[in-house]
Amino acid sequence: MAEVPATAKCVVIGAGIVGNGLVWHLARLGWRDIVQLDKGPLPNPGGSTGHASNFIFPVDHSREITDITADSMRQYKEMGVFTESGGIEVARTEERMEELRRRMSSAKAWGIDSKLITPDEIQELVPFCETDQLIGGFYTPSVGVVDSLRAGTIMREKAQELGALTVVPNVEVIGLDTTEEGGRRRITKVRTDKGDIEAEYVLIACGVWSPKIGDMAGVRIPLYPAVHQMISVGPCPQLAEKEGEISFPIVRDMDTLCYERQHGADMEVGSYAHRAILWEPEDIPSIEASRLSPTELPFTEDDFDTQLEQAFELMPELLGAEGAEIRYAINGLLSLTVDGSQILGESEVAGLWVAAAVWIKEGPGIARAVAEWMVEGQSEIDVSHSDIARFHPHQREREHVHARTSEAFIKTYGIVHPAEQYESRRGLRTTPMYDAQAAAGAVFYETVGWERPWWYESNAGLVEKYGDAVMPREAEWDSRWWSPIINAEHLAMRENGGVIDLSAFQIFDITGPGALDSVQYTCVAQCNVPVGKVIYTPVLNAAGGFVSDLTVMRLGEDHFRVVTGGAHGMVDNKWFSDRLADGAELTDITNDLLTIGLWGPRARDVLGALTDADVSDAGFGFLSCREINVKGVSAPVLASRISYVGDLGWELYVPTAAAAELWDVLLAEGAASGVVPVGIGVYGTTGRIEKGYRAFAAELDAERSIIEAGMARPKVKLADFEGKAAYLAQREAEPETVLCTLTVDDHTSASGVKRYMLGGEPILTTDGGLLTDGHGHHPYVTSAGSAPSLGKHILLAYLPPAEAVLGNKLAVSYMEELYPVTVESIDATPLLDPANERLR
Amino acid sequence: MTDVLVCVKRVPSSAGKVTLTEDGQGVDGRTTGFTVSAHEECAVELAVQVAAATGGSATVLSLGTPDAVEQLRNALGVGCTAAVLVDGEPSSYGPADVAREIAAVVEAHEAEGRAYGLILLGNDAADSGDFQVGIRVAYALGRPVVNGVSKVTVADDEVTAQGSGPDGPETFRLPLPAVATILEGGVEPRYPTVPGRMKAKKVVIEERPPVADPAGSRRIKMFLPPPTPSNVVVLGEGPAAAGAVVDLFEKLGVSK
Repeated sequence: MAEVPATAKCVVIGAGIVGNGLVWHLARLGWRDIVQLDKGPLPNPGGSTGHASNFIFPVDHSREITDITADSMRQYKEMGVFTESGGIEVARTEERMEELRRRMSSAKAWGIDSKLITPDEIQELVPFCETDQLIGGFYTPSVGVVDSLRAGTIMREKAQELGALTVVPNVEVIGLDTTEEGGRRRITKVRTDKGDIEAEYVLIACGVWSPKIGDMAGVRIPLYPAVHQMISVGPCPQLAEKEGEISFPIVRDMDTLCYERQHGADMEVGSYAHRAILWEPEDIPSIEASRLSPTELPFTEDDFDTQLEQAFELMPELLGAEGAEIRYAINGLLSLTVDGSQILGESEVAGLWVAAAVWIKEGPGIARAVAEWMVEGQSEIDVSHSDIARFHPHQREREHVHARTSEAFIKTYGIVHPAEQYESRRGLRTTPMYDAQAAAGAVFYETVGWERPWWYESNAGLVEKYGDAVMPREAEWDSRWWSPIINAEHLAMRENGGVIDLSAFQIFDITGPGALDSVQYTCVAQCNVPVGKVIYTPVLNAAGGFVSDLTVMRLGEDHFRVVTGGAHGMVDNKWFSDRLADGAELTDITNDLLTIGLWGPRARDVLGALTDADVSDAGFGFLSCREINVKGVSAPVLASRISYVGDLGWELYVPTAAAAELWDVLLAEGAASGVVPVGIGVYGTTGRIEKGYRAFAAELDAERSIIEAGMARPKVKLADFEGKAAYLAQREAEPETVLCTLTVDDHTSASGVKRYMLGGEPILTTDGGLLTDGHGHHPYVTSAGSAPSLGKHILLAYLPPAEAVLGNKLAVSYMEELYPVTVESIDATPLLDPANERLR
Repeated sequence: MTDVLVCVKRVPSSAGKVTLTEDGQGVDGRTTGFTVSAHEECAVELAVQVAAATGGSATVLSLGTPDAVEQLRNALGVGCTAAVLVDGEPSSYGPADVAREIAAVVEAHEAEGRAYGLILLGNDAADSGDFQVGIRVAYALGRPVVNGVSKVTVADDEVTAQGSGPDGPETFRLPLPAVATILEGGVEPRYPTVPGRMKAKKVVIEERPPVADPAGSRRIKMFLPPPTPSNVVVLGEGPAAAGAVVDLFEKLGVSK
């Protein structure tokens, strides 16, 4: 038996689809001296890959997942392990049919050939499917099945052929050693039952066991092993007479949360309908103690009874065929996470990487992306939403992961509204203003644990006041998780002013003699500014893609305060931490300071009445910040004159203990002038979209450039910064795509109901033709929202340069109907107040 | 027409490494699942075959906790049409207790007009291996019994049972009503069908309390035997091992 090598550049732990993909892509990108370990035997070491149903539906509502899936399919095809079968998602209810229309939007947006089909057409494709109960289906011919074990073997062997890889199966990892290095731990060694390996990099690709391995280095990998039940029924004569593994399209019976997938002479029925059954990673049996494999656990029949009946109802001739028996039934384990995204990237331990919670459809694509990230610093397909650094401390707690994955499991095939909120584990991060806000009827949405008022029922009277200007929505889907009060608050802010709770901001200070060098190298904008200036800046990776956009305040010669969104805040924290210059220190003060926004035409009057400080334009200019005293507030307030909503005003940073005082005095002082509390519905959507302000993760991500986003400044600073060379090259080239602002010309659907897009919809030619930009991408709505001050519904979308023409008439497809749209802005010029007079 | 009663016991699946529960009273089946012994699977199959061949019925019985309903439903899923659960903790019931309880059910059913012509049991339970219950049931009911057979057929008020003895195949004929304990190997147990499983779910299971407290010998504690040393001989790795494999095949007589 092979013992393990004593040293390696990189140890990959795990030989499932992810680990196998990684060793190949790391080798392909030039790494050598890679060692791959697995506790189990090859080619099936007993993880989730070994019992996967191995089918791939390419259409997802997420662009990133769709791109990763497409890349995986391409790799599986290249390896010759992909069999195209087609697949149909069938609808039993009108609500589901609407969801399938939404699926069509996503298919068109990502350029995947799909169509809606009738029950008769379903039966033609799948003759043994009873269609009485069905209304229709969403058919994607390119759906297929893969041999993920064979793919793994091929990828391992290719890495071995390059002389890059030593594979050691049947070896158990028993420890991960780290050392302290410059205030941060670094991985040094993998200890196994067959010897130790000193390594520069270690990658945990252990699927459901990842948390257990992560714990060995004190790294919490917040995933939970969850049961997915599956049975296999056969031999079915209708299937047995066909050649090969699969000859009929896979049926996803969406409303029963089940699928039916042919596998040779058998029909596999899988379910996401049962109660959430979670396992502790420590309780997963060893290979020796397992009946089948550690991730094929005993089938609990009672949990499957309903699904069995529903499957039988759908395919009675097949599942009830003479001789067809339930020959295999398992509670298979797969990995779930708190937000449904994978867990990828370098952990807080330098050199210790993770690639976990990845499904078969994503495996090779994720492997390529992570390998590029490790070797080149960034991946071609942006996977930053899956960065392990994104988790806030509470999101790594077992209890939290358990609750959220339990809640999410049943939604695997569910109809999930883009704004849908979790019900479990709420109220984890509340501010001292919470009670006052609740008393004002705040409707709270959660962002990384923070409870944030989205709108206030106390403002319901404003809906009446502004009448039709609040752009009421008739269709239930369009108005779910939405309220016309948002638009009424918006109009009140524009008319008088609004006070907005911005507590979810992530705030960290960079201090010390190396502080300027640190921010200067990380940010695109000039950071060597006078003390008291506020900087808005993109943050780029070396390839010139967006890593973030955020604001920086210079509070002292050696003191910078970085403010960024909570959702991406932990990733930004790591990004800056990893790039600190000598003599610089980063301190996260998110929990010490809260932020309250005050904006609107009366903002200056309100703040002026509460402070002795000069808040005139001359005395407190735009993009400047200063500490002020506010009457009735027992701590100094850092005021920063900046705006993401396009109105005059300030972000006010206040010590947490004094935040409620500030909240109360602002509202009390503003009440007489019509200043009201305003929710994040305005801050995040209506306010910023009227101003064409871009949002990270919507318009801005690592696949976008400053040029394409229309955010280029006339000059580039002299100082070096990450991504500078790429950015300079982008400035010389013609853009491949252009971020535009569009407005919807007519909302009336065929039924007469006015419809309002929510984001993600494809932008097409007026007659429904597909558009393609220079990257080969098809335009889709990156953000959508009401612009109540304009009386319009605004859509942001990247268009092919030839279509980025003012006044150009195009169409948006929504629920399978076309609505006319007009290109209104082809750069960052806002539709509201293009001269920015309201900011003065 | 012969109505058959078949008796099963819920036991942990022993396909993987056996782990005991903390109190030593049983095998931890959480990760391996629960089943009935291979002998009992064959007994169920024979019960269903006899019922089908004679136009009778097959009823399954288990003494166990409510968890044993899973095993009863599995038997219902492959063709039994009625099920009885005698609600008791099986680890405190010795073979005499179990036999008494089975006999009590048979007598009670007979009094209700449901007489069993044939009672089938596994040769021995997978966990306790007492080899006693079948004979004790027969004794309690005053019926003839044959042990360790692998096939049974019924014709003309007579059961024909076949098994293998020390001198070769053996055939027994017993007058009905009779008891037989089954060894695996004579029939291939079937898997449930989807309609079978659905039907099984709808059957109302007759639950009965035990007629008496356990009185016979019972389990004190289980312990694992010391691990048997591995006698695996590694013949080699990769293509280099081919010669050794061929030699071994010749030695075993599986190739010329």
